[in-house]
Amino acid sequence: MSLQGTIEAPVRKKPTRRWVELLLLVMAWGIGLLGTMQIGWVSGEGMTPRLWITAGVVGGLALAMHITIRIVAKYADPIMLPVATLLTMLGLLMIYRIDVASARRATLSDSPMPTPDVYSQLTWFSVATILFIAVLVLLQDHRRLARYTYTLGLAGLVLLVLPLVPGIGTTVNGATLWIRVGDLSFQPAEAAKILLTIFFAGYLVAKRDSLAVVRTKFIGIELPRLKDLGPLVIAWLVSLAVLVFERDLGTSLLFFGLFVAMLYIATQRRSWIILGGLLFMVGAVLAYYNFAHVRSRVTVWLDPWAYADTGGYQIVQSIFGLANGGVLGAGLGQGFPNLVPFAKTDFIVAALGEEIGVTGLFALVLLYAILIERGLRTAVAARDSFGQLLAAGLSIVLAIQVFVIIGGVTGLIPLTGLTTPFLSYGGSSLVANWVIVAILLRISDRARRPAPVAPSPDDAMTQVVRAV
Amino acid sequence: MSELALTLARFTFLGLLWLFVVFALLALRKDLRGESASGTEVAATPARSQRGRKSGRTSRRSKVKGTRLVVTEGPLTGTEIPLEGAQITLGRAPDSTIVIDDDYASSRHARIYESEGAWVAEDLGSTNGTWIDRTRLTTPTVLPVGAPLRVGRTTLVIQK
Repeated sequence: MSLQGTIEAPVRKKPTRRWVELLLLVMAWGIGLLGTMQIGWVSGEGMTPRLWITAGVVGGLALAMHITIRIVAKYADPIMLPVATLLTMLGLLMIYRIDVASARRATLSDSPMPTPDVYSQLTWFSVATILFIAVLVLLQDHRRLARYTYTLGLAGLVLLVLPLVPGIGTTVNGATLWIRVGDLSFQPAEAAKILLTIFFAGYLVAKRDSLAVVRTKFIGIELPRLKDLGPLVIAWLVSLAVLVFERDLGTSLLFFGLFVAMLYIATQRRSWIILGGLLFMVGAVLAYYNFAHVRSRVTVWLDPWAYADTGGYQIVQSIFGLANGGVLGAGLGQGFPNLVPFAKTDFIVAALGEEIGVTGLFALVLLYAILIERGLRTAVAARDSFGQLLAAGLSIVLAIQVFVIIGGVTGLIPLTGLTTPFLSYGGSSLVANWVIVAILLRISDRARRPAPVAPSPDDAMTQVVRAV
Repeated sequence: MSELALTLARFTFLGLLWLFVVFALLALRKDLRGESASGTEVAATPARSQRGRKSGRTSRRSKVKGTRLVVTEGPLTGTEIPLEGAQITLGRAPDSTIVIDDDYASSRHARIYESEGAWVAEDLGSTNGTWIDRTRLTTPTVLPVGAPLRVGRTTLVIQK
């Protein structure tokens, strides 16, 4: 994919398509503004100055990212930024919506007014923007990340187990996922997912030949050597450990799925998928029989209505909400999204689905599909194996999260607590997903940038390109 | 706010959401079309005539002459490498595309890259030289389809 520029460069400049990006961004902002106005009208407050300022800040942040891309990554994919921005805006919109609902309920019941969460989410979006810009500016070449493969991998593992350290780890709703330093709480698994993806990519680029080629026969099936199986087994054990000690089903699923998918992409051997599937099944069965919290998730999934007042309450409320939304939705500000527990975090899709209906949810899922497609396309277009694997891995991280959480909320698969990328209330997740977008844009910029017509031999020394 | 205005706003919101999706799909369609074009139609016509017509809009790579590099002599005989996009490096260095384990090859011996719709071979300052047929390369030279490229004891040929 790399020579697109070589042929055309002498004739004309390769289009950067930044104006497409700006147009889509303006559209996204308009959609966010319209939604805010709608909620404002319904709540009776109208467009308060505070809302205008919020809308302005969101627009300004998006614009800052756009300008950064124009300067430091001008050949980057033009679609990812607007899509991620729109998703973030929909999230802010829904968090604001639920704030309004909680405030109204507090007024009705004379209880103290809850603090709105939308402004803290907006603060996190600012942090995300700063990190997004920092990644694009400081990381001029994603291949530099490959140098720190093992360091980053180790850091990722440490972050993953950090919540277990007594004193800084915090258990919320049964899952030990957070670390707390002073007033700030933080989910280290969100950062770990990026670091471990970098590690997997770097590791697999170095080892893929032996993983793909060297096989031993075992009862007629071609299997990789035990030595090469090691990392897969370690990934499996670590994700099981997360499941056992931190009681976090979603994260454990995410890491295992990510590693199997990346192994498959790196080696193009279907046997890895089969092996991964088998290991997954073994793990799932073991977890089902040994851990009550896993078992309850599965029983609730099989028949939520039987547990409508206990374990299935969330799912049932979520399904009620979606049913109330119907095809076209109740309209923003006109549903009852706050009836679902954790409507701002785990169940934001259900809350959104109630108000924008299945029509809106399809658009939402398509937005995710577009974002992930752009990520995978970047992987195909990348000129170096590391970039290919990294882009594919990061896209898969997004894809698994979307599948697991939307599947869980709608009752397709057992519910596991993962955040909905960009939408959910929660700083760590928002920031991490924006960093993922920044890395993807960096890889895509390098992939789409016109290649020099005749690179110097020095360039050839650094551009190590393997046969694809 | 009247019921009508709210209903209107509700549908406008959904409409705009879908409009965004459609716009994004339109924007990425160019990529998809370019991709399929380079795989099928463009392959049939020479790249040079494409150059005029293919505007910068369709930014995907177009096919150039020759599609694979085949090793015809030497220890790697029979090895085939698809020629697509990236340059191919030849030499003893383990990170070369084709690692030539040969006393007569230098660690970074030669490379083959695409330029102006043709494949060009360039000697990277090797000790024993890179040869197209019986001519030792002094400058980057277009490697025609079927011409034997010699690196050490290995011979490679571009095939359609």
